[in-house]
Amino acid sequence: MSADASARSTTGEDAAPATGTAKDAGTAKDAGAARGRRPLFDVALWADWAALIGLVVLVVVFTALDPGFLSGGNVEGMLAASAALLVLAVAQTFVVATAGIDLSIASVMTLGIVVLGQLHQAGQPLAVAMGGAVVAGLLAGVVNGLLVAKAKITDFVVTLGMLSAASGLALILSDGQPVTITEKFFFTVSLDGPVPLVSWIVVVAIVIAAIAHVVLFHTRFGTHVLATGGNPEAASATGISTARVKIAVYAIAGLLAGVAAIIVVTRLGSTPPAANTTYLLNSVAAVVLGGVSLFGGRASILGPIFGALLLTVLLNGLTTLGVSQYYQPLSVGVVVVAAAFLMRFQK
Amino acid sequence: MTGLHAAPASSAPATTPLLEARDVSLSFGSVRALRDVHVTVAPGEITALVGDNGAGKSTLVRCFSGVHTPDSGEILLGGQPVRFSTPEAARDAGIETVHQNLALVEDLTVWQNLFLNREHTRFGMLDRRRMRREAADMVSQLAVNVPEVTSRVRRLSGGQRQAVAICRAAGFSSQLVIMDEPTAALGVQETARVEELILRLRDEGHAVLLISHNFDQVMRLSQQVWVMRAGRCVAGRRTAATTGQEIVGLITGAIAA
Repeated sequence: MSADASARSTTGEDAAPATGTAKDAGTAKDAGAARGRRPLFDVALWADWAALIGLVVLVVVFTALDPGFLSGGNVEGMLAASAALLVLAVAQTFVVATAGIDLSIASVMTLGIVVLGQLHQAGQPLAVAMGGAVVAGLLAGVVNGLLVAKAKITDFVVTLGMLSAASGLALILSDGQPVTITEKFFFTVSLDGPVPLVSWIVVVAIVIAAIAHVVLFHTRFGTHVLATGGNPEAASATGISTARVKIAVYAIAGLLAGVAAIIVVTRLGSTPPAANTTYLLNSVAAVVLGGVSLFGGRASILGPIFGALLLTVLLNGLTTLGVSQYYQPLSVGVVVVAAAFLMRFQK
Repeated sequence: MTGLHAAPASSAPATTPLLEARDVSLSFGSVRALRDVHVTVAPGEITALVGDNGAGKSTLVRCFSGVHTPDSGEILLGGQPVRFSTPEAARDAGIETVHQNLALVEDLTVWQNLFLNREHTRFGMLDRRRMRREAADMVSQLAVNVPEVTSRVRRLSGGQRQAVAICRAAGFSSQLVIMDEPTAALGVQETARVEELILRLRDEGHAVLLISHNFDQVMRLSQQVWVMRAGRCVAGRRTAATTGQEIVGLITGAIAA
């Protein structure tokens, strides 16, 4: 009886999707999606674009409640506020695409912030201080990568350790004191831009996202990142060094955390040494909202970008509506879990 | 079929073997996985490797595909001794392996899998159009119902996946395609289609080394059978000169080789 059933299910799979009976509706839908023709009310379609749809809905709702929400000043502020998170979300995407996770990303950013501050205080030129932040992030990322790929320690544990180590190092280096930086250059890049509403730091974030998209989808390395996340055994069997790929993605994450550090400092004009866990949670949340599978192998750059924008809009909107700050983490939590629930329908 | 005590070498065809293992031994710690194994694979033939679970079939083919390196003995390719330290080295020498777990990445498309780690690039960027076109050519030659090269492997049936894996192995001017139980997880129809594909590979001039537990399949497809038991190659037969019953006897040890 059971043998009969399994034989039938095999032929069912084998049959051309066009002949799909009610039982084969799933197969037929798969096939339709594969050809790019999806029914409008396919949940999977909505799941793929959850972040963008959520973003549009939030903008519409907040604008309806407060017409000032879409004022030039507020839009410019929101874009500038999202720049660092955009960069971190792109960084996190590379790691998550290999089925890893970088819990240290915000702490490494803090380390970069402190290194920038200390170099500046030591009288180094701004370029050196900014370069120092990026190098510090890159080094932390390489250490993460080596521990994950070569020492074969679980990514979760390695980056949790780095979370603590990098924030500790930031406190040691700075002695817990922020450095105030009043450089004209920083005001310029965070307040001015090539076009209205878009400051230079937003341009930097967009350029980084564009490069990341090209790297992920138009280079051999990007394909190998997705293969490493999708099926590490298969990747190794074709001769891909999954260890090298993993070291590379953590290094990229560290490097971009250093860039995010510079962006944060340009906006604040100071280098707070305190760890900022909100950035960590939001970077992971943006990736999840963007439809990137935490199991690896599937990724998008546009998705996490919309995810990061959605989170920024959510927090900004609640603030402009006068909702207490205390409700903000709660709202982020609800949105992220709701998005993760939608992902279950993603094909 | 009376001369049961035929030495392995003498029962092989007279032409220079494409691949030959001479007295290959390999131990994992105290476990002697392979002991003085001697097998040959003739060009343009389907050679079957049979044996019970744990007899050493997979270990032997992993020596051929560069996953393991023998402790002693020689592997000759086209009469020349070779030593593969990595799977890539074996692939470069023209030995492709279709692994039991297929080694496909489900979330990548058919063309991405076909060109995995052999991607064509232009100016450092992937040449997606060229790879899609060549993949479509490769896939269109399959007997199995043809999947779209732009669909993700996740959406393919078991037979289509196997076909893609075989297609990848055959597609890159390989001399020898090793297949580890290619139809183990397939239904009746899909098995038939994959068998057609294996015969096509042979007709196109590839040598095939086939591990199979399905004796009917071995009798249908192969020209030469090697039987392994407890790490040794205990017998070699021309398929035309043996029976499924004899093979079973050799595998279990009921018939002394």
